[in-house]
Amino acid sequence: MSNNSLIRIWNWIDNRIGFSDYIVPLMVHLVPDNARWWYIFGSATLCAFIVQVVTGVALAMSYVPGGEETYQSLQYITNTAPLGSIVRGMHYYGASAMVMLAVIHMVQVFMHATYKYPREMNWMSGVVLLFVVLGMAFTGQLLRWDANGVWSVTVAAEMAGRTPIVGPTLAHFILGGETVGGSTITRFFAMHVFIMPAMIFAGIGLHMLLIMRHGISEMPDVDQPVDPDTYKEAYEERIQKTGVPFWPVAMWRDMVFSTIIVGVILACAVFVGPPALDPPPNPSSINANPLPDWYFLWYFAVLSLLPPQLETWVILGVPVVGFVVLFFLPLLSNKGHRAPSKRPWAGGTVIFGSVAFIVLTIYGYKKPWSPDFGVKELPVSVVGTDHGPLAEGAKLMHIKGCLYCHDIGGYGGHRGPELTVIGKLLTRDDLIIRINNGGHNMPAFASSISDSELQLIVDFLLTRGVKQKPDDQKSATP
Amino acid sequence: MSKQQSPSDQPCCQQQRRTFLARLSIGLSAVIGFVIALPGIGFVLAPVFKKPKQKWRTVGKLADFKVGGFVLVQYEDPSPVAWAGVTATAGAWIRRASEAEFIAFSINCRHLGCPVRWVEDPRLFMCPCHGGVYYEDGTVAAGPPPEPLERLNVRIREGLVEIETGPTPLTLTTLT
Repeated sequence: MSNNSLIRIWNWIDNRIGFSDYIVPLMVHLVPDNARWWYIFGSATLCAFIVQVVTGVALAMSYVPGGEETYQSLQYITNTAPLGSIVRGMHYYGASAMVMLAVIHMVQVFMHATYKYPREMNWMSGVVLLFVVLGMAFTGQLLRWDANGVWSVTVAAEMAGRTPIVGPTLAHFILGGETVGGSTITRFFAMHVFIMPAMIFAGIGLHMLLIMRHGISEMPDVDQPVDPDTYKEAYEERIQKTGVPFWPVAMWRDMVFSTIIVGVILACAVFVGPPALDPPPNPSSINANPLPDWYFLWYFAVLSLLPPQLETWVILGVPVVGFVVLFFLPLLSNKGHRAPSKRPWAGGTVIFGSVAFIVLTIYGYKKPWSPDFGVKELPVSVVGTDHGPLAEGAKLMHIKGCLYCHDIGGYGGHRGPELTVIGKLLTRDDLIIRINNGGHNMPAFASSISDSELQLIVDFLLTRGVKQKPDDQKSATP
Repeated sequence: MSKQQSPSDQPCCQQQRRTFLARLSIGLSAVIGFVIALPGIGFVLAPVFKKPKQKWRTVGKLADFKVGGFVLVQYEDPSPVAWAGVTATAGAWIRRASEAEFIAFSINCRHLGCPVRWVEDPRLFMCPCHGGVYYEDGTVAAGPPPEPLERLNVRIREGLVEIETGPTPLTLTTLT
């Protein structure tokens, strides 16, 4: 077929569908020439969403949303299906990329104050999109319907259950009944595959429409504070003078960055692989270690660090207040300076938020507040001997669960104070009182420990941090 | 000869007619939306309001339980759906306190619902999530749980030990 024939065919199609009339003007609309690499994060977020849609549709071909078979289908996808591991991996890392890029995009918009007049609704629609994306991330973790998924949904229901008046109703809505069961996974599947993607498609549509309506914002300029009375005319004048067509002058950067993102997602899926499945989703199994995916670890840490009287307020308040503050931000400040140098509080907020997120995430990953159930007995190098009362006391420290919460010489949990040098800090009576009565978030052991066991443990603890004489071990008897 | 306009073709009447047609379309859209959505909403919300009748489930023979510490038992939910498989399983910690007395607790921590573990030697329940600790009578020993472990009813029938099923215990708030 000759070129002329192809052109004729295209012209016929173009005449019918109106590509040149409707799509081309959108593609070549003028954008500021000074944004360059700053504005690549929004398109990269969209690209990550496309990865999620494509891989999600592929996964749905084999994923069975129903009780025990869900777990079996995930095992099949991961271990047996051709390319299944890569597709599941791309979906997992694509989700991480989407969350990360959406947040980076939002931070960039916040730092450049692009949310000011006339783009308030661009920001608001973006906030809604961010929360739906987080909802996708959470429901996606649950669709990995293993022990962690079962307990994560239980935690979510318990959190919702704290809501005044309607708490139990919300919790039972989440569970699909009064307990986790076959109806739980199916409703999360519907939310993850139908409801939330539909919201994202609609949100992206609105977001793009608003971008076309108000144009891409320029880089902040200290000499151009936003004045709603004159902004639109001034922007239009400047963009006509200095703007460049989006396609291809600006868009090539989006394509380069999105290519890198897709490459990284694929590389992670191939070389790292999808997350391993926990044991099957048995709600009666107690050998689970529920942990949220990385984007919610900070919140997991917050819930562990709060004083109990604040906990319910934070559980219920953080998502609501976070949404309200972000959503209405443009209405609080929609004019004036956009330049970060004139808005130091904005930079401070981002720095504080980033540091808090990183610190809490690390803390959430280490979760020092949890008992260390896997702790081993203290080695001879720490105890100082492998026989006699000291060794018996050290062994009791393990048997009685003291080491679940207390670290001695680098061995043990971190829920309670470290006891490596406790012999220097407390007297025999202090130790006996604390062990028997508990206190300061420590259980009382009086009813579960005999006098002789108590003496052995106390004798052992009194040697911690104290230089021992060679015959001390012999004299340390109960 | 020009045809005489009917009263409904007059500009004033046209406006009224258009207003009526707009309202009719909006009203019918609402009716259509309502008719489409109502059964679906009812279907989705039904499990919230349907209270399953709790049942007694056998968890073992009386002779299998020795007086002493807690053991983990598994039993089926009161109303499992056909496809639930292992997800219809519930768990409880049960202890034979004496020849005739049993004590059972739900495995859910009262902080945020994670599964507590019984640790025999210190005689404590410990939660792996946020460090909740309970004594063997279910009362809070340490950590964030605001309430004791949920106690479950136990009975002995014809040499079998039975537990009454129950909903996942929720820690409700009064915000005071």
